[in-house]
Amino acid sequence: MVKSTDLVIIGGGPAGMSAAISAYNNGIRDILILERAETLGGILQQCIHNGFGIHKFNEELTGPEYSWRYEKQILELKIPYKLNTMVTEFTRDKIITAVNEQDGIFKIKAKAVILATGCRERPRGALNIPGTRPSGIFTAGTAQKYINIKGYMPGKSVVILGSGDIGLIMARRMTLEGAEVKAVCEIMPYPGGRARNVEQCLNDFNIPLKLSHTVVEIHGKHRLTGVTIAKVDENKKPVPGTEEYISCDTLLLSVGLIPENELAKSAGIELDSVTGGAVVDQNRQTSVKGIFACGNALHVHDLVDYVSEEAEIAGKSAADYIKNNGMSPGSFARNIIIKTGGGIRYTVPRKITSITDAKIYFRTSGIYRNAKISIKEGERVVASIKKKRVVPAEMEMIKLTGDNIREIKGGIVTFELEGLHD
Amino acid sequence: MYDIVIIGAGIVGAMTARELSKYLLSVCILDKESDVAMGATKANSAIIHAGYDPKEGTLKARLNVLGSEMMPQIAEELGVRYINNGSLVIGFNDEDAEKIKTLYRRGIANGVKKLALLDKDELLNLESNISKNAVCALYAPTSGITCPYELAIAAIGNAMDNGVDLKLNFKVEEIKKNEDGYEVISSFESVKAKYIINAAGLFADDIAKMAGDTSFSIHPRKGEYLLLDKECGSLVSHTIFGTPTEKGKGILITPTVDGNLLLGPTSVDITDKTDTSTTFDGIETILSQVNKYVNSIPFNRVITSFSGLRAVGGTGDFIIKFSNDNFISVAGIESPGLSAAPAIARYVAGMLKETGIRLEKKKKFNPYRKSMHFFKNLSDEEKNRLIRENRKYARIVCRCEMVSEGEIIDAIRSNPKATNLDAVKRRTRSGMGRCQGGFCSPYILDILSEELKIPVEHITKSGGASNIIIGRTKGGEQW
Ligand SMILES: Cc1cc2nc3c(=O)[nH]c(=O)nc-3n(C[C@H](O)[C@H](O)[C@H](O)COP(=O)(O)OP(=O)(O)OC[C@H]3O[C@@H](n4cnc5c(N)ncnc54)[C@H](O)[C@@H]3O)c2cc1C
Repeated sequence: MVKSTDLVIIGGGPAGMSAAISAYNNGIRDILILERAETLGGILQQCIHNGFGIHKFNEELTGPEYSWRYEKQILELKIPYKLNTMVTEFTRDKIITAVNEQDGIFKIKAKAVILATGCRERPRGALNIPGTRPSGIFTAGTAQKYINIKGYMPGKSVVILGSGDIGLIMARRMTLEGAEVKAVCEIMPYPGGRARNVEQCLNDFNIPLKLSHTVVEIHGKHRLTGVTIAKVDENKKPVPGTEEYISCDTLLLSVGLIPENELAKSAGIELDSVTGGAVVDQNRQTSVKGIFACGNALHVHDLVDYVSEEAEIAGKSAADYIKNNGMSPGSFARNIIIKTGGGIRYTVPRKITSITDAKIYFRTSGIYRNAKISIKEGERVVASIKKKRVVPAEMEMIKLTGDNIREIKGGIVTFELEGLHD
Repeated sequence: MYDIVIIGAGIVGAMTARELSKYLLSVCILDKESDVAMGATKANSAIIHAGYDPKEGTLKARLNVLGSEMMPQIAEELGVRYINNGSLVIGFNDEDAEKIKTLYRRGIANGVKKLALLDKDELLNLESNISKNAVCALYAPTSGITCPYELAIAAIGNAMDNGVDLKLNFKVEEIKKNEDGYEVISSFESVKAKYIINAAGLFADDIAKMAGDTSFSIHPRKGEYLLLDKECGSLVSHTIFGTPTEKGKGILITPTVDGNLLLGPTSVDITDKTDTSTTFDGIETILSQVNKYVNSIPFNRVITSFSGLRAVGGTGDFIIKFSNDNFISVAGIESPGLSAAPAIARYVAGMLKETGIRLEKKKKFNPYRKSMHFFKNLSDEEKNRLIRENRKYARIVCRCEMVSEGEIIDAIRSNPKATNLDAVKRRTRSGMGRCQGGFCSPYILDILSEELKIPVEHITKSGGASNIIIGRTKGGEQW
């Protein structure tokens, strides 16, 4: 038996919740959120540090507090959700198969679907670090879950590989729990996480950040006993003679996040090879009409505030799609492709399909000072912003108005960056 | 007092235990590790070789061909995955072509069925992604792939279901011979038996020495592998070998039964029999070799690397002999030991028979074991019926491989019981997917703790001192 629902949102983290509320506020009532965890809130539940909501609420909230602001609305609006529910299959005609203890395996046919499944961490295997395979190697997020959710201590002397935000946060967290964090190694010449986190999580605790360093060997037969680290050259290859052994019982990996895109793949949705998420237009609609994506499932964000903002767009778009009986938002009045020029790593969205305001998020491919980022059609500047400093760790945004878009005559615009490379 | 004690729970010990469980005998299998299949059986190429490699007339040749013929039925009975995907040895020049012809003749002499020599076009027809530089190939349609540790786990589980005892964490340190048989001793306990079968893999020489046999020694030869994501598994459908050299069959490229792509193994003689680390050089060697055989291998999709140790006996053949009265050593079981294992087990049973032991068939022997992946293979209706009986089948713990709590509990409760994270992983595949256990291991840790009734701090990754967490942060307990 296949049930029908107007809007199914897969994932009940900040993106899913915000998308649901936005769809509700835009007139949709028949909504169902499917969440595999035992609570709403997604990864925020284990992020007990503060720093969430500065843009959105002008306040510094913890992860669970930020999450609660949305959860409360979900409850007040009586938006239905199912917890402990895993979506196992998803097809491009929007049939969802899921399983939970109450309903067993069940199928839902949706008019529109929003993918808000978040992201996962890159594991050790992807790095090809030679050595043994002992216990004591965790991704930073897994260690965070052990400590903050389970109350288990993963280890007491720690090396962290990668300086992504979760790694930095965990350096501080483990220190506060009494562990010794001996070093954070980053293969790039600049940190992977936000400057604020480097300051507050490493510098304030005198934890050394070793830039242009990586782990070249893992030691220990049962439990980890140590790692060998080394300096790397411009091509990220270890420099012979710079090896240094650090004894430790724990190695945390904070080496990147990848959008959780298995469901998108199974539905045959076009993916972006840079972000790992779906290719979307400014309404956050994927290559399959009626399927939308937002949050870390679309591209990895550094601030949850932008996740919520993006999810509002997806929620509204899905609502419009349902209300217009399957007509895409803006009816594909335009078909403009956004290309990336020098200095820009990616943009989301990559397509403009309607004459409606478009928030275009982007990341740069390096650190630049006095940067001017422009969207150009040929030589004509459609819009631009200026920034004192841009870094890959911090996502930036340019807003295009409907008028800006109306002025674009052709099918291609280019994102370009001019500035001083650091 | 057991009739028979088998030392070593690798594929040889496993198949032997299962073979002997067909008879009215009391049998015990021992292993020093915290789980079965932790030696060479855990980390190898997983190929059920057709049998054209071993020299004509050797025990290796005979047992390989026979074992590989027995494999489909055994896999079926044990609910273990086996895919008859066929293999190709590819050649790039005249010298290779000559070697391939030698292999072909050898295969025919060994009794391998359906072998064929292919020219370039025929080869590219079979495998479109093979390098255009290849000129010829040997095609062995009877070659297959399996999951070696799954096979050993299932064989031991089935043997246990038929009455065999398993003792893990039993490291044989000493063997005493007395009037009525042998006493096999570890630091903690001892067992007695009339007959001993030494299937201790790399350590078979040490065990033989304990019984006074110093006629052979075993040294380790490391083989490293890279495993690629499931998205890459369809790059080739056959197992692809280069032309063999003196050092062995060389590096291969093969799909696995799970649908991943496996690249390796390297071949490096080492001295430490416990050194299964991977090396920078090993990884580089694999990367530089496989490119020659197959086009556009997506190296950025590596999900893990691992290494296995070959137990090299130095005679060029398997060493299967009496080390003492009623004491059989099965040693130097290098490749194709996995393929030959069912035949080795029968051969060993035959040797036992020669000593005069009575091999009387059990009436109740049940050759079947439920597949470890049975739940996955059910229809949605059948799954829902099971879920109504046991809600835990609806609680997905491993999201990459979609493994439920029910399946994990099955793995902890059924023979041979999983007692640590890696043991659960080998039985259920939880933690083997893209996230490599990042998501599911905290949950499995709790399930293990609850099922085994031991504190989480004592749950390990793979036995010994490989505990995952060191204590609690909350509740005031100290670490
Ligand atoms: C790199 C590599 C690739 C291979 N590829 C293939 C292939 O594709 N096809 C194929 O057919 N074969 C292959 N092989 C060969 C195959 O893996 C082996 O022949 C087979 O696994 C050997 O099984 P075993 O039971 O003899 O040894 P093992 O699996 O090593 O088992 C021996 C057991 O004895 C236990 N033990 C040792 N000492 C003691 C002690 N003192 N007390 C108690 N227990 C003890 C060990 O813990 C271990 O569990 C390969 C081997 C390697 C290493």
